[in-house]
Amino acid sequence: MRYIEPHAHMVSRTTDDYRAMVAAGCEAVCEPAFWAGFDRGSAAAFHDYFRQLTEYEPRRAAQFGLKHFCWLCLNPKEAEDVKLAEEVLALIPQFLDRPTVLGIGEIGLNKNSRNELRVLEMHVDLAARHDQLILVHTPHLEDKRKGTRLTLDVLKADSRIRPERVIIDHVEEHTVRMVLDRGHWAGMTLYPVSKCTPARAIDILDVYGSERLWLNSACDWGESVPLVVVHTALEMRRRGWSQEAIERVIYDNPREFLSQSPKFCLREERKDTTEVRRLKCGPGPGF
Amino acid sequence: MTRQQVLDLYFLDARCKLIEVAAFLDRLDRAEGEADFRLPAFRDALRVLSSDRPDRALQALMAFSDPTTEPVPKAPGKGAVGAWQETQP
Repeated sequence: MRYIEPHAHMVSRTTDDYRAMVAAGCEAVCEPAFWAGFDRGSAAAFHDYFRQLTEYEPRRAAQFGLKHFCWLCLNPKEAEDVKLAEEVLALIPQFLDRPTVLGIGEIGLNKNSRNELRVLEMHVDLAARHDQLILVHTPHLEDKRKGTRLTLDVLKADSRIRPERVIIDHVEEHTVRMVLDRGHWAGMTLYPVSKCTPARAIDILDVYGSERLWLNSACDWGESVPLVVVHTALEMRRRGWSQEAIERVIYDNPREFLSQSPKFCLREERKDTTEVRRLKCGPGPGF
Repeated sequence: MTRQQVLDLYFLDARCKLIEVAAFLDRLDRAEGEADFRLPAFRDALRVLSSDRPDRALQALMAFSDPTTEPVPKAPGKGAVGAWQETQP
């Protein structure tokens, strides 16, 4: 079945994972900037990472005909160092025009500290000044509910931010309603231990409906499953969901949100046919 | 889905997880030394399970969550442990 993986840290995965995802029906993968598992020592290290995301990974995915897109930022886990954050944010604009960059992300909070909040505001300002989509990471475990509320307040305080151009990721039962009520999109991350299991994610869809919700694996260097979105689709089928309803969640919804970026195209454009470009690419920021 | 269908699909899985929780609590009882703030939070969450509320998953998550609203002065580290401790170490 066809699907879009809207959140995966492919720099941490093997080429075998790319092959398996494509074989399972993946048509596009989107990679937010992430923490490396250790703190990068300088802004120059981020410059190299942004090159990896915008140059190397699209080529690696393309070996299997898979479209690879990315989001850029300094991850919340490194946001305690505001000076480093300022240096990294100054680097980002030079990458924003690259053809596979969809926006600013995954930004947000980790331990809900004052410096993290300050760096989140800086990222939101950067996105607003450059008219970029935003992908927000919400904190782990005991910090999630508080961090989600603080994040929503930052977004609401900036009048330039249109809620429908922001996705708040890693929602669970105790945060999904507040995100949807603010007009944002919400992402459910399917992890073996933390965040959502497939069964719970489908429960959330049963309770809140399928509008403005997507599923992702957020696979990275930790315990995570690159194919869990399609595993969840199989679980939906076992629970009696129609193929159309499943496809809305795993394909149509991420395409609708991501198509707000004019760069998001599912297949290579045919340069000789404007109609094909119009149908398969995002209509642009004014959508 | 009917209740029968839910039971058919998930009963064995839920039974397995329930017994894992029971064995975890037994293991804690057999172990030596003091427990920390995580165990009371876990017991609070367990109480939610035996209630008749329609939002037990949400309430169980709330039992582990930080209820405060102000940002902390400085991040105490990077990781999360799964339950909120009123006085951070």
